[in-house]
Amino acid sequence: MADHLLDVADLKVEFDTRDGVARAVNGVSFTLDEGETIAILGESGSGKSVTAQAIMGILDSPPARITGGSVRLRGREILGLPEKEYQQVRGSQIAMIFQDALSALNPVISVGDQIAEMFRVHRGMSRKAARSATIDVMKRVRIPGAEERYGSYPHQFSGGMRQRIMIAMMIALKPQVLIADEPTTALDVTVQAQIMDLLQELQAETRMGLILITHDLGVVADVAERISVMYAGRTMEQGPVAEIYHHTANPYTEGLLASIPKIDERETRLPAIKGLPPSLFAVPKGCAFHPRCPRVSDQCRSGAAPPLTEVAPDHASRCWFAEEVYGNVADA
Amino acid sequence: MSPTRDRVIAVSGLVKYYPITRGIVFQKKIGDVRAVDHVDFTVAQGETLAIVGESGCGKSTTGRLLLGLEPVTAGSIEILGQDITTMSQKELRAKRRDIQMILQDPYTSLNPRMTVASIIGEPFEIHPEALAGRTKQEAVRDLMDRVGLNPEFVNRYPHQFSGGQRQRIGVARALALKPRIIVADEPVSALDVSVQAQVMNLLLDLRDDLGLSYVFISHDLAVVRQIADRIAVMYLGKIVETGPQDPVYSSPAHPYTAALISAAPIPDPELQASRERIELEGDVPSPADPPSGCRFRTRCWKAQQRCADEEPLLRDVGGGHLVACHFPLTPEEAASHVVPEVPSGHATDS
Repeated sequence: MADHLLDVADLKVEFDTRDGVARAVNGVSFTLDEGETIAILGESGSGKSVTAQAIMGILDSPPARITGGSVRLRGREILGLPEKEYQQVRGSQIAMIFQDALSALNPVISVGDQIAEMFRVHRGMSRKAARSATIDVMKRVRIPGAEERYGSYPHQFSGGMRQRIMIAMMIALKPQVLIADEPTTALDVTVQAQIMDLLQELQAETRMGLILITHDLGVVADVAERISVMYAGRTMEQGPVAEIYHHTANPYTEGLLASIPKIDERETRLPAIKGLPPSLFAVPKGCAFHPRCPRVSDQCRSGAAPPLTEVAPDHASRCWFAEEVYGNVADA
Repeated sequence: MSPTRDRVIAVSGLVKYYPITRGIVFQKKIGDVRAVDHVDFTVAQGETLAIVGESGCGKSTTGRLLLGLEPVTAGSIEILGQDITTMSQKELRAKRRDIQMILQDPYTSLNPRMTVASIIGEPFEIHPEALAGRTKQEAVRDLMDRVGLNPEFVNRYPHQFSGGQRQRIGVARALALKPRIIVADEPVSALDVSVQAQVMNLLLDLRDDLGLSYVFISHDLAVVRQIADRIAVMYLGKIVETGPQDPVYSSPAHPYTAALISAAPIPDPELQASRERIELEGDVPSPADPPSGCRFRTRCWKAQQRCADEEPLLRDVGGGHLVACHFPLTPEEAASHVVPEVPSGHATDS
C-alpha cells in the first residue's frame, strides 16, 4: 500500500502538572491523503489542538510529553526529529493556521516583512525577491491593494484580513499539509464563509492536504470529506462526513449532533447531553464517555476502553455497541 | 404589536455616540463612533426579543444602555413604564431590581476571590428587602437549586466550576432580585455545544416558569432560532429588519439578513452543499464613518444610486415585519438563500 501523505497512529501526549498527569491525547489515529480535507471535531479538552501541536512539533516540553505513537509524513517518521530538522519540516512541508491571528502575528513588524521572512529563512531569497514573492502570495489570498499594504501592521487590518495574512504566510512555501486550528471561530459569520471558501480554493490549486480542527460541525460540513470525532483525548468515531452525520455509530456523536442548535429547526427543548466532559486528570475508566452515555452498560464502566471497530468500510467507532447504534440509525 | 399595558420595554429614538478625541492635554473632539443610531423597539411581558448582528453593530451597547450602565446620547428607554434615561443613580439602582444582565464570558465576569455564596448573594446587600423574610443563605440555596447547581457547593470558588456551571452561577445572580426582564449578552457563545444546550434549556424553563422577558443578544442565528419570539437585526448601529421570527427566517426581506442566514453554518453536509450562499464582499465599514444613505450599500449586491442618496426607513412588509431597504427581497428571491425545506423524518432527529 502506498504511503499516505500524513499518517498519525496511536498518538499519545501527556502533560506533567502540579496536580498530576493529564492525558490530553490518548490514542489518536488518522490518515490524510493529497488533496484531501479532513476535520477533527471535538469540544474543549478533547485533545484536538494538542494533537495538532504534536504533529507540528510545537508542544512545550516540559510539561508536555509525547508518550507514544507515530506521525509519518510520506512514510518518514517526524515525531522526535531533532529541532533543527523539524524546522525544515515546519512551514515548508506542514504549516498551521491559528484561531487568533492577532496574537499569532508580531505586532511590531509589518505584515509584508513577516511573510517575507518565510522566503528569506527557508528559501534564502534576497530582500527584493522575497518582497515580490510576498506581494504575489498576498494577492493570492485576495488582500486588496497588496503592494500598498505590504508595510502595514497587523492592528491596521480587520479580523478577516488578518486571518488572510496568516493564511498567506502559511501557504507561502507551498506546504503539503496545512493544519487550520479553528480558523474562523473568532470571525463574524459573513467573514467566516469568505475564509472557508479561500481555504478550499487554495487547496484545489495546490492539492495540499487540509486538516480542519473545529468544535463546530456546521463550519466544516460541506468542506471536509472525512471527519474524526474526539472526546477526552481519544478518537471516538471516524468516517466520511455524510456517513457520520446520517449513520453515526457512536452515542457521543449522536448526542453531539442532536445538541447543535439548527437554524432550520425550532425545537422546544434542545436534546442536551447530560453532565460535563471529564477532567483530563481523571478520565473515567473503561469508555471515557460512559458517565454521560444513555446506553451505558457494565461492560462500559470497567476494563479497557473499547477499541475502534469498523462498522462499514472506512467508518469506525469506539463503542461496544457500535454495530447496534449504527444499525438503529440506519433503520430509522 | 403588544398593547401598551403588557409592554415591559419601550425604546424610542435611542442614540449612543462615543466621541473620538485627539490630543492629550487639549482634547479636541474630531468625530463620533455611532454605536447606536436611532433605534426603536418594544418588548412585551414574557416575550423574547433577540438582537442579532455582527461585531460592532451596536447590539451589546444597546444591552448596556437598557440597564442604564452608560448614559444615552439621545432617546428614551422605558422600563415598566418609567423612562430610565432621566433617572438619578439612586433611582436607577432601585430600577435594577426589575432588569438584570447575564454576560457572555463566565470566566471573567465572576470575581475569582469570592465564593459562590457571596457572588449569588451580593445583590441582597444592596436590596435586602428582596430576601422577603428568608435568610441570605436560604435564598442562595434556593437560587442554586433553581438553576441546577448543587447547593452543597456554596462555599466553592468560581475556578472549581466548569464553564457551563459558571454560567449557571451568573444566571442565579441575575435571578436573585426576582427581575421581570433579563438582558442576556451572548450567554452561550463561550460554551461547548453539549453544554450550550443545557444552558439554553435552563433559560427557556426560567422564562416559562417565572414569566421573564428576555432581550437576547447574539451573533448566532441558530441559537436565536431556538429562543426568540421576535428578532431585530442590527447593522452599524441601526435596526435593518425586525419582526416575528418565522417571517424573518423564512423570508428575510433585507439583503443583509438574507446574507446572515445564508452564511450561518448548517451541520448537515448535503443541505449545506445545496444552499446558495450569499458571499458578502469585504468587511463592516467603520462606525466612525458610516456610508451615506443605506449603511449596508457598500457590501450589498442590489445597491443602486438611490441607496447612496437616501436613507431607507423601516417600513412594514406585513404582519409587523419591518425592513429598512429600498429594494427588499421578494419571498421568491429570499427562498433560494434560506434553508431548503427539510422533508419530515429526516435522519437528523433519530
